[in-house]
Amino acid sequence: MPLGLLKYGRGDDYPYERQPDLPGPTELKDHYDVVIIGGGGHGVATAYYLAKHHGITNVAVLEKAYLGGGNTARNTAVIRSNYLTPEGVRFYSASVKLFEGLANEFDFNIMYSQRGQLTLAHTDATVRAFRQRAEVNRHFGGRTELIDRKSIAELVPCLNLDPAELPVLAGLWHKDGATARHDAVAWGYARGATQRGVELHQLTEVTGINQAAGRVTGVTTNRGTVGCHTVIQAVAGHSAILARKAGFELPLVAYPLQAMVTLPVKPFLNPLVSSSALHCYVQQTGRGEIVIGGGSDPYPLYSSRASLPLKESLIASAVDMFPFLSEMRLLRQWAGITDMTTDYSPIMGVSPLENYYLDAGWGTWGFKATPICGQTMAQLVASGGQVPELIQPFALERFDRFQQVNEMGATAASH
Amino acid sequence: MKMMECPLNGPRNISEFTYGGQVQVMPDPQQCSDLEWAKYVFYEDNDLGVVREWWQHTPSSYWFIAERHNGSDVILRTYDPATLFTGRVDFQDEGSPS
Repeated sequence: MPLGLLKYGRGDDYPYERQPDLPGPTELKDHYDVVIIGGGGHGVATAYYLAKHHGITNVAVLEKAYLGGGNTARNTAVIRSNYLTPEGVRFYSASVKLFEGLANEFDFNIMYSQRGQLTLAHTDATVRAFRQRAEVNRHFGGRTELIDRKSIAELVPCLNLDPAELPVLAGLWHKDGATARHDAVAWGYARGATQRGVELHQLTEVTGINQAAGRVTGVTTNRGTVGCHTVIQAVAGHSAILARKAGFELPLVAYPLQAMVTLPVKPFLNPLVSSSALHCYVQQTGRGEIVIGGGSDPYPLYSSRASLPLKESLIASAVDMFPFLSEMRLLRQWAGITDMTTDYSPIMGVSPLENYYLDAGWGTWGFKATPICGQTMAQLVASGGQVPELIQPFALERFDRFQQVNEMGATAASH
Repeated sequence: MKMMECPLNGPRNISEFTYGGQVQVMPDPQQCSDLEWAKYVFYEDNDLGVVREWWQHTPSSYWFIAERHNGSDVILRTYDPATLFTGRVDFQDEGSPS
């Protein structure tokens, strides 16, 4: 073995033939059964399940930039299901279950790390809301409980339990809470999909949706026109702009969501910790960086610029929770454009066009839904438009019927 | 620090202002259909370009209108709502006994 290693070290050849994870670029075909617009996690997951579960492989994923380079790369990789409504909890719980087996299924390390997520309550009203969330979660098979200050101090010894004028009263402890490497999730799905015959076309921007008699006949791209039987749009922050190209409106408003990481330090923080009143969440990555995130910007914008007031308020909250963070240096910051719905639930399913399906309204909660979203969207397409029960509450027409699925207050930070 | 020109108070820090949504024409709540009302409540243009929005200078509770590019975040113009809303709107209270 040492000799073999030495020989390999001195030799010019790699000891076995390397297989690239993804095939190289190819020409676009004239026609596909399914065109998926958007090569983020949701798009490639849908392609993967179409190929794997339904044998539909004549599929093209069209991505205007590169694989998983949009909000898939910009989220803070939190996976959890401790939501408020039965509809939401059922949906996100199914996603958590799929995440647990994903690395094995892919044979690709997504660095899934189930360390639990703790949300802090600073007011009596929040404690009451947490009780409800814990009960709804337990009902649908999740592991969530309300814990007191003493248990919080044992879980996170370095946490300041009396930040500012907002002493921590209780915590919502969600054992299923986890994190994973977000781009590995996109790459795992993309590799699995392309191995089964799906084509991933990067640097391919859809500029028009071609229609005849209420049906989509194909899409126009910067590389020519492609005919197709079915289209799925999964473009996150630019959902409303793409839908307008298809000829209809979506009840979305685009807000930037900013986050940042510090320089890496030794591991000290195991659970993901968020505070509902401080509008901030803090977690340590596998690399040791501290991720600091919070709520969306205070007003709409289609630009992922940084803004000083939001960064200042995020840092102030993070330092309130973990005072020693004031000694840390920031490594980088970024923002993503989130497509927010008024009820903080997604828009999934059918659209006003017969063979055009929607995967939009993912706001700040898209990454954690990636697997279940791919699976249900694939079912929807394979069945020719029969909406799976799990996503029926998230239909676009719920807004016309005033039947929103109100997830307000159920997420980690401000909303 | 980003500044905004308040028509009443002059240039102020952006953190003094509250965003109040897009300026839209309200359909008559007594006459319009449920669908028209839903469109008014839930849908905004959300297109990339210049948008006309309600903003409030929070400390003085003064509401005004701003025209802003939602891609570059450049605030082009701010003005008093009286420029657009010239007539008095009387909301009829049909529920109260006469």
